[in-house]
Amino acid sequence: MFGRLNLDAFKHESSQNIAVIGMVLGGIAIIGILFYLKRWKWLWNEWLTTVDPKRIGVMYIIVALLMFFKGFADALMMRLQQALSVGDAHGFISPGHFQEVFSAHGTTMIFFAGMGIVFGLLNLIVPLQIGARDVAYPFLNALGFWLFASGAVLGLVSLAIGKFSTAGWLAYPPLSGIEYSPDEGVDYWIWLVQIAGVGSTISGINFLVTILKMRCPGMTLMKMPIFVWSALCAMVLVIFAFPILTATLYMLALDRYLGMHFFTAGFGGNPMMYINLIWAWGHPEVYILILPAFGIFSEVVPTFSEKRLFGYVSMVWALIIITILSFIVWLHHFFTMGASPNVNAFFGVMTMLIAIPTGVKIFNWLFTKFQGHVHFTSPMLWFFAFVLNFSVGGMTGILLSSPPVDYQVHNSLFLIAHFHGMVIGGFLFGFFSGFTYWFPKITGFFLSENLNRYAFWCWFTGFLLAFMPLYMLGFMGATRRLDHYEASTGWHPLFLTVGLGAAIILCGVCIQIYGLFMSIKDRKNNLDLTGDPWNGRTLEWSIPSPPPIYNFAITPTVDQLDPLWAIKRGLAPKPEKDYEDIHLPKNTPMGLCIGMLSLIFGFAMTWYIIWLAIISFTAIIVCLIIRLSGEDEHDVITAAQVKEMEAARLRSQTT
Amino acid sequence: MKPLIVHHTPDPYADTHSPDTHQDTFSKTVLGFWMYLMTDCILFAALFTTYAVLHNNTFGGPSSRELFSLSTSFTETMILLFSSVTCGLGMLSALRNDKNRVVAWFSVAFLLGASFVAIELNEFTHLVHEGNSWRRSAFLSSFFTLVGTHGLHVSIGLLWMFVMMIQVYLLGVTAITFRRLAVFSMFWHFLDLVWIFIFTFVYLMGVI
Repeated sequence: MFGRLNLDAFKHESSQNIAVIGMVLGGIAIIGILFYLKRWKWLWNEWLTTVDPKRIGVMYIIVALLMFFKGFADALMMRLQQALSVGDAHGFISPGHFQEVFSAHGTTMIFFAGMGIVFGLLNLIVPLQIGARDVAYPFLNALGFWLFASGAVLGLVSLAIGKFSTAGWLAYPPLSGIEYSPDEGVDYWIWLVQIAGVGSTISGINFLVTILKMRCPGMTLMKMPIFVWSALCAMVLVIFAFPILTATLYMLALDRYLGMHFFTAGFGGNPMMYINLIWAWGHPEVYILILPAFGIFSEVVPTFSEKRLFGYVSMVWALIIITILSFIVWLHHFFTMGASPNVNAFFGVMTMLIAIPTGVKIFNWLFTKFQGHVHFTSPMLWFFAFVLNFSVGGMTGILLSSPPVDYQVHNSLFLIAHFHGMVIGGFLFGFFSGFTYWFPKITGFFLSENLNRYAFWCWFTGFLLAFMPLYMLGFMGATRRLDHYEASTGWHPLFLTVGLGAAIILCGVCIQIYGLFMSIKDRKNNLDLTGDPWNGRTLEWSIPSPPPIYNFAITPTVDQLDPLWAIKRGLAPKPEKDYEDIHLPKNTPMGLCIGMLSLIFGFAMTWYIIWLAIISFTAIIVCLIIRLSGEDEHDVITAAQVKEMEAARLRSQTT
Repeated sequence: MKPLIVHHTPDPYADTHSPDTHQDTFSKTVLGFWMYLMTDCILFAALFTTYAVLHNNTFGGPSSRELFSLSTSFTETMILLFSSVTCGLGMLSALRNDKNRVVAWFSVAFLLGASFVAIELNEFTHLVHEGNSWRRSAFLSSFFTLVGTHGLHVSIGLLWMFVMMIQVYLLGVTAITFRRLAVFSMFWHFLDLVWIFIFTFVYLMGVI
């Protein structure tokens, strides 16, 4: 009846029990609050069934931040364990559970925190920057989000019911095969990544078509803001890379469920095939994360330097070259596979080449500040820290790209320090910068600048303390995923420093949560009434904050880069107020339905509950057929209503 | 404060009419579906690559030369190609707004597609009964997965075709149903193309 699901699946270690109890209590509290405030209808109509990219973007960011906290808690547990578990002491986590924790940390951070942030920002910003009212496929956009969310929920379920994977965040075979991981952990991993991955592919197609087809009149490709360019390149990477991930996990699942022999150790299987395939996705994936961060800085730096972006065309070409190169470097993740020197040399040289377009970008940002009027606001502070961290991470990356060096530090903490430098110092700092920059645009009020600065300094010092010692530990021979070591190694002081750094980052995170909470509480005093608080250059600042449901009352026409500056400088005509009827897609619960059914399907497959898997899969097909047989439904906002809404906004601004 | 530096290049020839915004559903849908087909193409590329790497790993079991029959796979090829032709003829009827012909041609395409799946399933059961299932060796795993994934796509296509025939029968050829038919026919032709590659790389080159 319940496959292999039994009561044992609910027994955990104490540290995990605390998390599960907290999660369940939190869920009950949220449901209770919703009943108390009678907000279910509001939640359903305004959020759960919405196809508005602004709303979907906010939901992406909320899920991504929640998952970020989960992944961050995993990281804190690992660092605490490593600070405690030396010599005769064995810390507070068993080795088996430690493996679950590091597997969950990587999976959560990349697939849910990282991808959620990317798609959240794209949903929020891309339509506004290209002067569109909508995305190309509103329903698919919602579906992509709900698949992403159900993948995230399946990850949380794995915390409470059964075990998570112990095979690392990329589940290398043969360890992840049925022979060595017979329990449900790897199956959880396969299905949650598979569901979220299909969602990412769908969203990738949606945004690619949105950017190619829905730019406002006059916005040619070379007049797009760089953030849109970075989104375009990242989405090209998504649609090229994610199908490889889907195919790879599909084969791993066939190995596990049907006894096939793609990646098994016997019967002619080839585990290295999996490693090649997964990194053919995995390397582009890190660029999917970092390119939008480049785009954010290309918006933030010119705005706060009061100058145009230096070298727009070279910036675009740098993005395109990185996009292409990212597909021919995957082998540098496993130089130790033992390919011939020529093969390793090729991939090493290609990896080094990426430093050139990346360097172009760094210098372009620095030259943008040159002779500009630089404001030291918190988005810019994140930028300065980014330049430092990204340069250090980039240079250690160049070291790693040399196969002989890589043989020495492969899978050591040196590697961990390098890629956390790129992902935290690059991607996450970029997100924080963009989050502060666009927060008033999306919500209509500001984040507290002071608290942002405190959080920034905590993050910056914490980051340096937590990751610079890892370079040293790597050279001293400490490998990754270490739950215990001997005192004679002399690593303990450095691990203590690392733990201290993590604690300081925790302070930063707490300040950020507090700041977010306080700014929501005091929002009446922090309103952004102008819609353009930073003297912005691009179209999103030409409309009120938060934007009306239709984004642009009048579809803008653009004839140059930085169109809003041109209008403000009197170099382009102000748009005429000639309203037209606006068509917006109707809300639909179908995205939510299919997302929930996918969650049930993933859960049923994980636990071999065959009947439930068949029912939920059939229900998904039926939902799709119903959706694809319906008419195209639109709500119309008439020109008169638009005029009314715009006038009401002007009235409220003046009073 | 230094003056803001804004370069303005008035361009009297600025193309303010393209790209087309918002309402152009047909071209948006078709472009997006092309993108989807490319993602599917990459999925198949991963399976083809795996097959190429693993097809000699027979682990003492039978190799492609001993298992594959060209006559069966050639019949399958012809059936699928003709299914594409009839699907194309159905699209021509849709352009002429001839609802009954659309349903008729698509019925033929459906029958051909269904017989393709039947032949493939027959081939698979035959292999399994002889003890050469996907559990036998890495070669057979990759063979069953590559060919079976294509067969799965054809089966999904059949379901889709069935739904479309009902839609056309009930609603006639409208802007919406025509758009869906166009997208479906792209899918059907794409599966044909993938099969040509399977026929060449798996069956033809496997027998040589």
